[in-house]
Amino acid sequence: SFSRSSANLVAPLGCLVSRQKHTLPDLPYDYGALEPHINAEIMQLHHSKHHATYVNNLNVAEEKYKEALAKGDVTAQVSLQPALKFNGGGHINHTIFWTNLSPNGGGEPKGELMEAIKRDFGSFANFKEKLTAVSVGVQGSGWGWLGYNKEQGRLQIAACANQDPLQGTTGLIPLLGIDVWEHAYYLQYKNVRPDYLKAIWNVINWENISSRYASCKK
Amino acid sequence: MHLGTECGDHYFDDEGGRFTRDTLCGFRLTQAAGLGEALVVAVLLQASPLPLAFPCSHRRHEAFCGSRAEGRLRAGRLRLYTAKRSLSVSLRSSANLVAPLGCLVSRQKHTLPDLPYDYGALEPHINAEIMQLHHSKHHATYVNNLNVAEEKYKEALAKGDVTAQVSLQPALKFNGGGHINHTIFWTNLSPNGGGEPKGELMEAIKRDFGSFANFKEKLTAVSVGVQGSGWGWLGYNKEQGRLQIAACANQDPLQGTTGLIPLLGIDVWEHAYYLQYKNVRPDYLKAIWNVINWENISSRYASCKK
Repeated sequence: SFSRSSANLVAPLGCLVSRQKHTLPDLPYDYGALEPHINAEIMQLHHSKHHATYVNNLNVAEEKYKEALAKGDVTAQVSLQPALKFNGGGHINHTIFWTNLSPNGGGEPKGELMEAIKRDFGSFANFKEKLTAVSVGVQGSGWGWLGYNKEQGRLQIAACANQDPLQGTTGLIPLLGIDVWEHAYYLQYKNVRPDYLKAIWNVINWENISSRYASCKK
Repeated sequence: MHLGTECGDHYFDDEGGRFTRDTLCGFRLTQAAGLGEALVVAVLLQASPLPLAFPCSHRRHEAFCGSRAEGRLRAGRLRLYTAKRSLSVSLRSSANLVAPLGCLVSRQKHTLPDLPYDYGALEPHINAEIMQLHHSKHHATYVNNLNVAEEKYKEALAKGDVTAQVSLQPALKFNGGGHINHTIFWTNLSPNGGGEPKGELMEAIKRDFGSFANFKEKLTAVSVGVQGSGWGWLGYNKEQGRLQIAACANQDPLQGTTGLIPLLGIDVWEHAYYLQYKNVRPDYLKAIWNVINWENISSRYASCKK
């Protein structure tokens, strides 16, 4: 029986027992499809090892969190937060990332997204330069992002550390993420992160980003 | 001049001598490595977030050293070089530290220390390609960018532009920490390393961790568990007189961040292992124990207990 009163929300927590676990999404293209810009070895490790590990560890952390919740063990709940943020953020970020890339990508966006980029950054070139600089400049591990500021109705560039998810951290809605953890480029570009940034623009999937933009403007 | 208790960072100079820095002014030579001159390489000014390196000179070292230091001047002379004569006088009072900042014009830049062994010397545990990139690219970049940031900081300081000074702090911390950390790291490793420590350090490890195995397991777990880029550390807690394990994010330097004196650092940035171990950081940790230079760590421990 459903109850309209929030006091009865505790009862349905038992249904967490049958909740579905997070799963690794399939890559929409072959591991070698983004060559020569991002090589197959990187894509395979990145997807089947790194992202897979975030998924597995997120499920483990959520299981533990569910138990702590059921016991009312707030100390344990709080101690699990770093694992939830790290692995949850890792899963969110990489799930977006694979869709942001495409073997048919590159070039420039069209339509509303392009208009917004020109309006908020002056030109596509300025935007590209800015997002590149922010991504290259991340100290340590992290991501460069193009996001949408719904409150102010404008596009915005931001960087996040580690696997901190853009929306949870800044409130911006993620449109395009650029992974600048060393695992995202090191096997091919070694320490030269700027070369990876130059290359990745060739595989940016503007269709996907436009579609995300259209959705979040509603 | 306030000499007070030992505090601040510990540096090894080019000749191998070791110094502590009083946080207000001046230097104290606490241990000379051997005969010959020891060059002081850094001074901490109270206003600056990180030590700004410049050479200073004063013929009478006792103006800077309290009785604690004198007893430790066993060999060699303390020679400090400066561009301006006024430096030697002004260092007597912390209030006059602002004036000598002009001598920063002739300060020496940070330099990339040589690796004490060949790039391939740590194989098969850490391969040559990693060592070459890590030392000649990553560490070198921290050194170069630290020098650039310090130049800018010096200009901002001269102009009294505190906004600029503050905006430069991340670059100083990142590159300064990177330089500090890697300088320690290369000495912590050796092709003749591995095994277990002996003597006082081993006793301290047993006392503070129960056993060497426990210590090794703990430092491994902390290093593997760093989320993102960072370092696992064995440090010395001088206040409590005990060894302690800690992790730091990115290039945050152990002592500046936690107060612990660094003894052994394990770099767990992906660039430290990815080319060889890919995503399997635990395998890198297993391997690195084979090249840990316990002599160096014991020597650091002996120094910081004084």
